[in-house]
Amino acid sequence: MTFETPHISVQNLNLYYGANHALKNINIDIPNKKVTSFIGPSGCGKTTLLKTFNRLHDSSLEVRVEGKVLLDGENIYDKNAEVTSIRKKMGLLSQRPFPLPMSIYDNIAYGPRIHGERDRHKLDEIVERHLKDVALWPEVKDRLKSPASRLSIGQQQRLCLARGLAVNPEIILGDEPTSALDPKSTQKIEELFIELKEKYTIVLVTHILRQARRVSDYVAFINNGEIIEFAPTEELLLNPKQKLTQEYVKGFVS
Amino acid sequence: MVFATVIIVGSFFLIVGTIVSKGFPALSWEMLSEIPSGDFYMGGEGGILNSILGSLYIAAGSSLLALIISVPIVIYINMYLKKSSWMGNLTRLGYDVLFGMPSIVYGAFGFTLMIYLGMRASLLGGIVTVTLLIIPIMVRTMDEVIRTVPKELFDASYSLGATRLETSRVVLKQVAPGILTAVLLAFGRGIGDVASVMFTAGFSNDIPKSLEDPASTLPLAVFNQLSSPVEEVQSRAYAAALVLTIVVLLISISARVLSKRLSKNKI
Repeated sequence: MTFETPHISVQNLNLYYGANHALKNINIDIPNKKVTSFIGPSGCGKTTLLKTFNRLHDSSLEVRVEGKVLLDGENIYDKNAEVTSIRKKMGLLSQRPFPLPMSIYDNIAYGPRIHGERDRHKLDEIVERHLKDVALWPEVKDRLKSPASRLSIGQQQRLCLARGLAVNPEIILGDEPTSALDPKSTQKIEELFIELKEKYTIVLVTHILRQARRVSDYVAFINNGEIIEFAPTEELLLNPKQKLTQEYVKGFVS
Repeated sequence: MVFATVIIVGSFFLIVGTIVSKGFPALSWEMLSEIPSGDFYMGGEGGILNSILGSLYIAAGSSLLALIISVPIVIYINMYLKKSSWMGNLTRLGYDVLFGMPSIVYGAFGFTLMIYLGMRASLLGGIVTVTLLIIPIMVRTMDEVIRTVPKELFDASYSLGATRLETSRVVLKQVAPGILTAVLLAFGRGIGDVASVMFTAGFSNDIPKSLEDPASTLPLAVFNQLSSPVEEVQSRAYAAALVLTIVVLLISISARVLSKRLSKNKI
């Protein structure tokens, strides 16, 4: 499946963990301002693929990446590509929320600060706006100076989302962002994704098929390091063409 | 389990008990506030203020110096080198070897270095030698602490577009209590070590007034007094040991309090 102006375009991507060929010749276009989900069995490489988008594999010695990932047409694995500006374009939500060891306020202000924002009033405004974006403002507005670690885990995940939004990204990457959350917090995060896709391109890794169905526009099924099928959500989940996808969707492959 | 507890706690009380019971009667204000007179070690007047201050100067100076040197080393091998890179591993191996080196070797090395530089035994010589002695302790302790930081915390900072230096600051915030522990361990080693300062810091009955003056230390004062034939002086040695213990205990307690405050934001 191709799109006219894909936000991210992966071309002939191969990734090796030492001798292990973890991603095999991946080609996929991620559409602009839509939610795209990666589904697949554990260890199939969906998180690995997600992390190639903001070059989070850079610090491991064993990982070798070949091929191209084009972000707005530019290869992020180009020698001259500046990794911090690539990462700034993408907010990341990990499986468990990891607030920075600072206050609630400083967690949100951290990103803008490292990118040069020093003005107190502007920072106040940014913090308030993004906490409102994730519907956390009413719960924390009286204790912005208290440590982020005191929040509940669901609140922490929304804080992490707000922290990512505060650097004005274009893309949100979610690596099973609700796997540590209770149903209510999960629902809140999912609602946020649906709201946020107006403004952002969202890529989600999930192993919950119902979640993929609830929030995403497109779904890619990955198995054993290969993209088996990529299609609009309903089509892939209800009417898959490939045999492997059919088996997975029906629950045969776990 | 109970047996192990009894052994540990028992030996702790035995040691502290001995020092307190033998040292406390000999402890006096004079001892804490005066420098030794000429025949102090033969039972004369005076105290060990010179050694108390000398020890504090050396331990504090070298802890500070070692901290300034160790933090960049630890940040470099953890944040700038890739995981399990040979350079990082070689560095760790090097510090492990240095960690196990007896302090007299450092003393001899420091002594050689000072002769080469034409320095006399002095406070500075002592500080530099003790710094060399405690850097491996600091580096290895901090290294272990930083390795416990979850990788996701690094990723969280990196994915906001932070550089390695900016991420290092976040990591340092997270491990601040651990760094304090490392400093404390190093301080304890520095204040209690005698072999490394014996030749390098020299000995003096006066309080050092500059970095170039020789300085006495508490362990050395204990040693000198214990080797005196006069019984009264010997009991003063226990008093000096008691002072040393109290200093370490005070540092320990204040570090605990400080550590609690530092871990407020820890995730």
